[in-house]
Amino acid sequence: MAIDIYKINPEFRDIMPKEIIDLEENATWAQNQTKPRGIKEMPDTKEILEEHSLCAGCPEAAALRYVLAALPKPEETIIVNSTGCTSLMFPHIALHTVHSLFGNQNAVATGIKRVLDWRFPDIEKDVVVLAGDGATVDIGLDYTLQSFFRQENITTICFDNEVYANTGGQESGATPKGQVFKMAPLGKKFEKVKMWELATTAGCHYTMNMTASAPKAVAKAVREAILVAREIGPTFLNIYTPCILEIGLSANEGLGEMKDQDKDRFASYKFVSPEAEEFLKKCKAEGKL
Amino acid sequence: MASIKDMTDTHNWSGQKLVTADHMLFEAPREKHFMTGSEVLKEAVKRCTVDASVSYPITPQSEAAHLIGELWAEGYVGTYFRGENEFGVMSEVAGCAMAGARTITTTSGPGTLRAMENFPQWSGTRIPCQLILMARGINSPLTIQPDNLEVTFMLETGCQIWYAENVQELFDMTIAAFIVAEKPDVHVPIVTVVDGFFVSHTRESVMLPADDIALFPYEPYKSPLPPIDSETPPGRFLRDPFVMKSNYISYATHASWQWEVRSAVERSRRYAEHFLKGLVHITGDLDADIAFVTCGTAAHQAKEGQRELAKLGVKSKVIKLRTIRPFPTKELLAALEGVKHAFVPEFNVVGWLEKEVRTALYGKSDTEIIGGPRVAGGMSLPAEAILKEVFEHINVEGK
Repeated sequence: MAIDIYKINPEFRDIMPKEIIDLEENATWAQNQTKPRGIKEMPDTKEILEEHSLCAGCPEAAALRYVLAALPKPEETIIVNSTGCTSLMFPHIALHTVHSLFGNQNAVATGIKRVLDWRFPDIEKDVVVLAGDGATVDIGLDYTLQSFFRQENITTICFDNEVYANTGGQESGATPKGQVFKMAPLGKKFEKVKMWELATTAGCHYTMNMTASAPKAVAKAVREAILVAREIGPTFLNIYTPCILEIGLSANEGLGEMKDQDKDRFASYKFVSPEAEEFLKKCKAEGKL
Repeated sequence: MASIKDMTDTHNWSGQKLVTADHMLFEAPREKHFMTGSEVLKEAVKRCTVDASVSYPITPQSEAAHLIGELWAEGYVGTYFRGENEFGVMSEVAGCAMAGARTITTTSGPGTLRAMENFPQWSGTRIPCQLILMARGINSPLTIQPDNLEVTFMLETGCQIWYAENVQELFDMTIAAFIVAEKPDVHVPIVTVVDGFFVSHTRESVMLPADDIALFPYEPYKSPLPPIDSETPPGRFLRDPFVMKSNYISYATHASWQWEVRSAVERSRRYAEHFLKGLVHITGDLDADIAFVTCGTAAHQAKEGQRELAKLGVKSKVIKLRTIRPFPTKELLAALEGVKHAFVPEFNVVGWLEKEVRTALYGKSDTEIIGGPRVAGGMSLPAEAILKEVFEHINVEGK
């Protein structure tokens, strides 16, 4: 049924906004595709994110577009988010999304995934958590790690901008040591928390640390992480999406910053468990990747 | 393990015949059993076609929580697991209920306070989940003893709050609570409170219907908010995320949403009246000029006090409040007609029920309200303490 929910009642078609009609006619729903969805269709198709209210040039907005373009089955995907800049974008996404509290995203996602598996035993429904570094590494660390320990079949994506951006630029656990931010007026006293390493230790079957500088790389990671979560167990992506405002860059400098960090704090880290590796080979052979 | 695919039009996944709440509560033949509150909660959940439960150990609700786990292992409950702590559990419960599950959990005292941020979130997302609160004292100092101070923190969360006196009421209320909470014009969470140990651990005789019947399942598509399951069109009603905007529309949206949650609790009255047979129960001498306004175990003890007073030739009556949210103001006013002195015995130091009663009666009743007797921290409330309070007050006041 899920794809049918995007079909417009013919009686109401003449009063529907253009972007809603576009969703039905020109979005890349998995059911209409012969090949896996991806970045390359973005210029010609309707995106699942209609518009956003983030700052001009914000890399987080770009990264979210890549994530949404790469969802293997958006019509059966639920995204749980948390408080922060990302929560400004969620009302503009044409999927079922949840904002609950600050930090409880992996707990809410756990409940949703368990019940969807119970209520729809024959349908693959993907649950994806998408939250910032404050939500993932600080206030929600317990719930994030516990969902990994429990081997929940959910994908967790952290948009790591290394700062509490939405509250005005305070230090977070993901801030690099020495960085001066609000609440760290003399510079941060301890190292950036390597959440990707914690995720691997806590039981994730597919873990990556990367920047959003290369759209295709983000899309590939998202697709693989969701497929592994569906079949094997929890997966985690840590993606650098700098807050250009808080680190004093202009709207056109986000990409350069991410490229610089590809070689530094966000030098590629990838862990794939043996069972996930086996499974991904199978997916590739079946044309799912 | 159970499978939802085993559900038919007439039977649930565990093979129990589906019946209405009216049949379950009022018509089905019952047999006498001898059980604790924890055990009877298992029996209630067994008959409720429950989809999901999340648990966490804390005295005195641990036994109830693991007995629900046994129901899952036996194939009566759809999904069940232990969460990481009460904040996590209540968020997991929210996820379960948002995804369209009839969901129940249990907690006590410090667990309630740890989870607190979730309760207004529950009501704000209009989920009809049920929390069984087995009240216990709050730290510090550390206590595991019965004390219902925690209820005062729950009063303005936007959840319905019912209070069961004994094992029998816990059974009947748990079943009715799901049905009332799930009414489309209510659809807010419900907290069913009992006093820890006094009810959770006390074995009493209880009348139960057979366990081969169970409630019809929850129907998530009747919810005022669509379930989060990708089976209904996504609600893109927020062209701008109102929460982050400083404009009048955002303020009005938030305010009207909160008022609507409270209105939903108010709309539960007529259903609660039906299933609970009234929001207050009155026992004793109806024409007495002394009354006890109580709930839970305090009501049980007040009845004992009433009987002792009767032996001394003093007439009194017990007005037991069965719902705290909605608060039964109209029923209480009617019950207090002609009453000169209303005592409010309680198991906590702050007297939250006294405050509730004073607020409800202010400007509407001439009855004198006396907040007491009050015990806390695990103390019991013997009839002697109730009689002492009555005689001290009446003698001191020279009435």
